[in-house]
Amino acid sequence: MSKKSSIKIRAKLKNGVTTVKALVRHPMETGLRKDKKTGKVIPAEFIQNIVCEVNGKKVINGQIGVAVSKNPYFSFKFEGANKGDEMKLSWTDNTGKSDSLAAKIK
Amino acid sequence: MNRRVFLQRSLATGAVALAASAGLLAPSTVLASWNKAAFEAKDLSSAIKGAVTGDAPTESADIKIKAPDIAENGAVVPVTVSTTLKDVETITIFSEKNGTPLVAQFDFEKATQPFISTRIKMGKTSNVVAVVKSGGKNYQAKKEVKVTIGGCGG
Repeated sequence: MSKKSSIKIRAKLKNGVTTVKALVRHPMETGLRKDKKTGKVIPAEFIQNIVCEVNGKKVINGQIGVAVSKNPYFSFKFEGANKGDEMKLSWTDNTGKSDSLAAKIK
Repeated sequence: MNRRVFLQRSLATGAVALAASAGLLAPSTVLASWNKAAFEAKDLSSAIKGAVTGDAPTESADIKIKAPDIAENGAVVPVTVSTTLKDVETITIFSEKNGTPLVAQFDFEKATQPFISTRIKMGKTSNVVAVVKSGGKNYQAKKEVKVTIGGCGG
């Protein structure tokens, strides 16, 4: 992959609990804002689904709306994973765009 | 109607019927499901009803909402919801006075701890409401956040 991913993940294991901090680069346009120059409404563009899997098993699944901030940040915790396990975060937005990134648990 | 048009149309209706029956058979397994009605609900009570199945939530002191008392910028309000309730199935976050109060809903698995942290937009000073589904019952808690500059619209 030459293109830089829209996702940044940090997953750290401590005392049996993995804490994930994830940042997604996304405009999260509500569809309510107007372009100040043209006066036209900027079309809605926001992430609707976000899923995290560890070793192919789902740990969290989120449905999100326009009220999640631009460049969304998520943090969550789960048990039962080991160092070096692979986790994958994926998102899909209302325009059909999507991205995913895999990271190793540290 | 010529033959080509007829074929196209029958194919199209066939595809729609197939999609509909697939949806009826397994509504929960459809990928990228998004609860449009709940996300578009204009007031808190209908947003809660749309997003959370089961009984109306009861107040609970076991849900902790961490959010600032005063948010200078309503476009980025950090919110963390955690709870000591067991068997948490979902945590749903609402911002009461937003045009559409439902912010986000997270489904938890057994291994996932009942903890979620994110950043939300708030149109004006309002309660942040968290509804937790635990063991088939619904619980809620709220916290007021004073917003100096709203974060919705332009």
